[in-house]
Amino acid sequence: MRRNSVSIVGAAETTDLGKIPGLSQIQLHADAALNAIADAGLKLSDIDGIATAGESPTNLSHYLGLVPTWVDGTSVGGCSFMLHVRHAAAAINEGLCNTVLITHGESGRSNVGRSAFRGGGRSTIPGQFEGPYGGMGPTTSFTLPFLRYMKDTGTTAEQLAMVAVVQRAWATKNPRATLQTPTTVEEVMNDRMIAYPFTKSECCLVTDGGGALILTRAERAKDFPNKPVYILGTGESVETPMISQMEDFTTSRAFRVSGQKAFEESGITHKDVDHLMIYDAFAHLPFYGLEDLGFCKKGEAGAFIWEQNTAPGGSLPLNTNGGGLSYMHSGMYGMYALQESVRQMRGTAAAQIADAKISVCHGVGGMFAASGTIVMTNDPA
Amino acid sequence: MVDKTKIPLPQPTPETAHFWAGTKNETLKLQRCDDCNNVYFPPRPFCPSCASRKVSVFDASGSATLYSYVINNRPHPAFDGPYSIAVVELEEGPRMMSNIINCPQTPEALELDMPLEVVFESMSEEISLPYFQPATSDSKSSDSRNQ
Repeated sequence: MRRNSVSIVGAAETTDLGKIPGLSQIQLHADAALNAIADAGLKLSDIDGIATAGESPTNLSHYLGLVPTWVDGTSVGGCSFMLHVRHAAAAINEGLCNTVLITHGESGRSNVGRSAFRGGGRSTIPGQFEGPYGGMGPTTSFTLPFLRYMKDTGTTAEQLAMVAVVQRAWATKNPRATLQTPTTVEEVMNDRMIAYPFTKSECCLVTDGGGALILTRAERAKDFPNKPVYILGTGESVETPMISQMEDFTTSRAFRVSGQKAFEESGITHKDVDHLMIYDAFAHLPFYGLEDLGFCKKGEAGAFIWEQNTAPGGSLPLNTNGGGLSYMHSGMYGMYALQESVRQMRGTAAAQIADAKISVCHGVGGMFAASGTIVMTNDPA
Repeated sequence: MVDKTKIPLPQPTPETAHFWAGTKNETLKLQRCDDCNNVYFPPRPFCPSCASRKVSVFDASGSATLYSYVINNRPHPAFDGPYSIAVVELEEGPRMMSNIINCPQTPEALELDMPLEVVFESMSEEISLPYFQPATSDSKSSDSRNQ
């Protein structure tokens, strides 16, 4: 995409986060959408493009009463919203629509009005060759590569636990975070074992919530009530739906391809990055993200986080909302990572990074199956 | 160790039928590209490396090493207590998911890169699943190495 040609002019989460048994999943989408439309000072009828995942864009358009001229239902897991931003930017630049609404809503905890699980049937390739072996979804699939990563890189269980400790430190600054009490490496390691080597504190929360973004052409951005956030670069890719077929358990091909594309498009170097979000459904994901995006050399991310570089006051603030481990995680967390990047660029985050001008927001979909990366800036130049 | 009635058994498709016929006969079938010699898994009637449709099915040695795993501690209806979910690297190169059986389900007993061998468990009239167990000493010969 062309740098800074499109901007985010509306951004909001659902009014509440956490446990929301009073709203069905589609109403979580709608609550977030209405909040984002109000944030942008728009009317529903101003929206002519719609993108969503986890709910069909048809269902959502009908529910909201929209008449879109551009529709994107790309659904590749929790990073779908990063891909929506990228696709929306292209569509806006091509003149397919003017004002795009991207929504997420998920009744991940309360399970109210949640669309049926569309996991692979027993005749699909994953159903035949992974299905029979007792997998429990993300807790056993997402985590499966990590023992190999530990052995090949020398990364330790203590370093894994530190990821959860550091993200809790960020969450203590965030009144909307689900978990706000500081924790320790010892506490994290002694927590209940979920799937060895991962304890409960190293697995994401399971909550309800939603979020929405509104994008339009950058030249219109100054007419909106909030500080515009520009899309500087974008990337996306997919690898495999089967964790067993991931090329290399110590690095994600989808991360590398998506990240490299986003850095190339944006023309930035790693030194330019003031703020970073790496989708953390499990505590090892920041290691893969830091290395595959090029912030750390192979095998050095564990020490980088251990030494507090990503913690409050560190050189590379990472997952400043508390992340999927401490802020919230409804299932498709990518939208919340995008929301935090927007807040940091607007200067309105709970744990605001002073003078932050460039934020990189990196998402994962499925279990290392897909990836999307968005580089944002508040500098219109 | 496994309650066979609680495992979602594979439903073979035309492209995978040879694999499941193979496991029923206690052989592990892989495919090799006749043009570029790439050995691959899961089954498909073309080479995912060079796209050739000229591919052959052959019997794998059944030897493998332990590439990575988790030990699931949450209750599963088919399993009694914590159990490993592993990815093994076959001697011929491809990797596949399985469970490591006939072995304590502990980090001490499950060492990465340990030698493994395939064992077949009949689950139904149609399906036998490939599992892996620690290699017995006389199965460590690599004479049958194909690459």
